[in-house]
Amino acid sequence: MIYLDNAATSWPKPPEVLRAMTNVLERAGGNPGRSGHQLSIEAARIMYQVREDIAEFFHAGDPLRVVFTSNATHAINLVLRGLLKPGDRVVTSSIEHNAVMRPLRSLEKQGVNLHVIPCASDGSLDVKQVAKALSFGARLVVINHASNVVGTILPVAEIAPIAHQAGALLLVDAAQTAGIMSVDIQAMGIDLLVFTGHKALLGPPGIGGLVISHSVDVSQIEPLISGGTGSQSELEEQPDFLPDKFESGTPNIVGIACLHAGIHWLIGRGIQAIWAHEKELAYALIDGLSAIPNVEIHGTCNPDRSVAIVSFTVAGRHVSEIGLRLDEEHGVLTRVGLHCAPAAHKTIGSFPEGTIRLAPGVFTTRDDIHTAIRAIEKVVRS
Amino acid sequence: MTHGVVLFHTTSAAMRAEKVLMKAGYAIKLIPTPREFSSDCGIALRFDWNQHDQVKSLLDAAHVEIDAIRQM
Repeated sequence: MIYLDNAATSWPKPPEVLRAMTNVLERAGGNPGRSGHQLSIEAARIMYQVREDIAEFFHAGDPLRVVFTSNATHAINLVLRGLLKPGDRVVTSSIEHNAVMRPLRSLEKQGVNLHVIPCASDGSLDVKQVAKALSFGARLVVINHASNVVGTILPVAEIAPIAHQAGALLLVDAAQTAGIMSVDIQAMGIDLLVFTGHKALLGPPGIGGLVISHSVDVSQIEPLISGGTGSQSELEEQPDFLPDKFESGTPNIVGIACLHAGIHWLIGRGIQAIWAHEKELAYALIDGLSAIPNVEIHGTCNPDRSVAIVSFTVAGRHVSEIGLRLDEEHGVLTRVGLHCAPAAHKTIGSFPEGTIRLAPGVFTTRDDIHTAIRAIEKVVRS
Repeated sequence: MTHGVVLFHTTSAAMRAEKVLMKAGYAIKLIPTPREFSSDCGIALRFDWNQHDQVKSLLDAAHVEIDAIRQM
């Protein structure tokens, strides 16, 4: 089996991640920050250690500004629904995932003024267009760091000063980049960074988070949910300090411990080495696909400007048929269709049919790519 | 031995305090907050009261946010 669906979720996970799961349940099975007995304290210790490591990984400074959520969608909703009020202006790109688009469309109905900047058909975003859109000011700019459909990297560090000059905060969805590219929120000027644990960070599903820069006044963000935090238990009101303000309910300590193992595995392997490896695979994919008749590759076709996500279509053929045959006849696992990103597919011209998406990961080999290309060629030619 | 406790607003601060003091070699222990002290957080840090000044200055230097320090 050749797994080329790492943009949906990474597979396999390092053995250390699997071991962390049983280890935390055996050794630290208490409810962190609640009970005060040794199993509870050990769980809280692990949770705090991971907070520190994530703060360091994204250059956040203060570990208490790392908020754990159940996934990236949850973290994005936390910011969008907690910050934006009717009459506020929010600017986004036309290459966003529905994790951003759906809450924004819902907020638009409640009176938030939404402006979508069109991207080019390769998914790239012209900084001049961003400056133009921000000439009217905005409360928030929200963009992904790289597209989940074509992998195109958006110029986050160039957009940040323009957003700040317009009085806007910058929210970045790093679901497709965290763990592959270095993400330094201070150097890049990111105010709010959303990550997911189960993709390139190699953790399990059910864990994600929000990193809040010191530039953000958290009194401006209402919590998405409120409830027990293990702190201020004498009060019936939600605490206003971080991270408790945004972390009600029993946290996913299993996910957090596994994410920790995933991040340490990545640091051991080296983020730059991982990106270089995935780039090489992306080049091989693009080379191989380019030689197959009737195949159209979408996106930049340039792995220096994209993460290793390659989307293609075949003239006159349905993507679903190709995806099914790749799976059944060749054991090549891809993702076909719209990838939860209708806006992105409209932008690249593949709506409503969608594309076949190939997303290698850290465990994918060059041989896997060659085998996959041969399989695609067979399916396309017959 | 007379003990003191450091009280916190949040568990995360208690975890940070434990790390700082353990690293400096102090014999401390995280315990459920004694009910005689009103505190925001269910976990408190117990220490040797004789080391009060050192504990306080270490936590200050590491910018650990605390609620209060009490003698038990």
